[in-house]
Amino acid sequence: MNIAKPNSYRSGPDERGHFGIFGGRFVAETLMPLILDLEKAYTAAKADPAFQAEMNGYLKNYVGRPSPLYFAERLTEHLGGAKIYLKREELNHTGSHKVNNVLGQIMLARRMGKKRIIAETGAGQHGVATATLCARFGLECVVYMGAVDVERQQPNVIRMEMLGAKVFPVQSGTRTLKDAMNEALRDWVTNVHNTFYCIGTVAGPHPYPTLVRDFQSIIGNETKTQMQEIEGRLPDSLVACIGGGSNAMGLFHPFLDDPSVEIFGVEAAGHGLTQLHAASIAGGRPGVLHGNRTYLLMNEDGQIQDAHSISAGLDYPGIGPEHSWLHEIGRVNYLSATDDEALAAFQLLSRLEGIIPALEPAHAIAKVMELAPKRPKDHLMVVNLSGRGDKDVPQVGDILRGKSK
Amino acid sequence: MTTRIDTRFAELKKAGRSAFVTYVMAGDPDLTTSLNIVKALPKAGADVIELGIPFTDPMADGPSIQAAGLRALKNGMTLKKTLELVRDFRKDDNVTPLVLMGYYNPIYIYGVDKFLADAKTAGVDGLIIVDLPPEEDDELCIPALKAGLNFIRLATPTTDDKRLPAVLANTSGFVYYVSIAGITGAAAADANAVGAAVARIKRHTKLPICVGFGIRTPEAARAIAEKADGSVVGTALVDALKNSLDAEGRATAKTVNAVAELTAALAQGVKGAKQAAE
Repeated sequence: MNIAKPNSYRSGPDERGHFGIFGGRFVAETLMPLILDLEKAYTAAKADPAFQAEMNGYLKNYVGRPSPLYFAERLTEHLGGAKIYLKREELNHTGSHKVNNVLGQIMLARRMGKKRIIAETGAGQHGVATATLCARFGLECVVYMGAVDVERQQPNVIRMEMLGAKVFPVQSGTRTLKDAMNEALRDWVTNVHNTFYCIGTVAGPHPYPTLVRDFQSIIGNETKTQMQEIEGRLPDSLVACIGGGSNAMGLFHPFLDDPSVEIFGVEAAGHGLTQLHAASIAGGRPGVLHGNRTYLLMNEDGQIQDAHSISAGLDYPGIGPEHSWLHEIGRVNYLSATDDEALAAFQLLSRLEGIIPALEPAHAIAKVMELAPKRPKDHLMVVNLSGRGDKDVPQVGDILRGKSK
Repeated sequence: MTTRIDTRFAELKKAGRSAFVTYVMAGDPDLTTSLNIVKALPKAGADVIELGIPFTDPMADGPSIQAAGLRALKNGMTLKKTLELVRDFRKDDNVTPLVLMGYYNPIYIYGVDKFLADAKTAGVDGLIIVDLPPEEDDELCIPALKAGLNFIRLATPTTDDKRLPAVLANTSGFVYYVSIAGITGAAAADANAVGAAVARIKRHTKLPICVGFGIRTPEAARAIAEKADGSVVGTALVDALKNSLDAEGRATAKTVNAVAELTAALAQGVKGAKQAAE
């Protein structure tokens, strides 16, 4: 496709929330006034040093930032190529990168006087982060989660309940993340006056893709500083997994205008790209769902198709609109890893580094296993280790025991 | 340009009564039954027909309408077949206004220009696309108006006086006032609140105002008809259809009549209402 290169890859979206043809605000009229209010509140908060100072305080002392940039020596030796660094987002409070964004949105909700928070969640990491910050600030919390995901992510369901959140198993449609998002939107339409919808990824109607990206950009900003301290220069490549794509956008965004940095996003190829998968860019095309135009898995009639991934957090038929744009404009390379590749990477990282990753970043590790050996030894590769694997231990344990039988 | 919608509301105004607008899902539970239902609606007293375009992820609809869409899709309904249904309906009825209601993605994938041309040829009069607010008017609203189709917009309790002009700017045919902040099929708003909202919107537009969401009975339809230019019933009709299906979700001998009978009862409610003095 012939698209003019912008002066900066970081200036988007435009004032209507578009990244190229992607993004926008495709929602019911009931929600529009709320979305416009949110945009106004976010613009004001961004310019308010008190908001930034308060956030920075919680990021440091509650979330535990900065997260380390760790040189994975044994993984590097094993793969025999690039020097691999792990950005340790799994060490954040609640065990994933999700808390960065939720903290930002909850502080916005408080500024806007909202007392009731709703969220959707796939793997439960966003739900746990939301339940955690609602507990911290004394807010009512309702989390929508597909009934299938409630089954496969029990540890996180229990955590959310312990934190005082109400978890609603969604029985409609495919009973996964897509349907949880539909249900959350329905709740929001119904309870629009007192409710703040805390979206978990860089998708949804404008301004969500932007504000989630901004809150997550701390990942890339820290990485930049840390790599300068450790190696005295920028990394040569970045790798992150993509469902909606918030951990990836957070790592990528601060580096988009550094042309020497190669960037790789890894989608979930499930059983393989010709079968059931969740790779929207590799296997989808542009369409409109959940408030934005973006790459979606759908049939020839525009009906949304079921996604599949071993990882509940990547099991979504869409992707954030900014990723769609970065794909079309060619700034980021989008790859995919299958369920089996992710499982192999899950085991490799556990055994070599003593770090059990979540199944989501295991997809990124799977591609590192391909990319790193082809790079020279002075190549600096950063992988976003977006979450830890505690939640996946029962599921992966069942699979591995089943395989060994 | 005068459309079937404009003509129908002008006639109703002359007759001093409010419109009865029915909503059914195209292809629910199958194409043939659905066509027979749509054909039966005007005879049973529907003044305007809204025909749902099935979609897998209808974010602003309740469980009844979502299930109706999924029944239709399961039986092979598509946007192309929805337009065929309209074309078949028009063979016998060239006066009843017919509005397609749905979500944007199937239309976007069909191709906006091709869709508008095909819809116009098939005999569609207007569009209600739930997830296209005025902020996205360039997508479909402006091209639809150019193609001679009405673009009917939803106004809601959250649409305040400041926002109303933007919502009404490119609206034509009629304004659809959603009486509650919520999904289709939820509890009804009270008629007095609706009356106040209709009066508020009337200060901004000369278009007829139809009210929907939560109207299930002839009494409720009558109460709304006294306050507005039309009342819209959808979920109750979809539920009547669903209750007539067999255990496998297939149409039975009762299905068309179940919808027609409820339509007739609701239409009686509306026709018995006195229009509020303007």
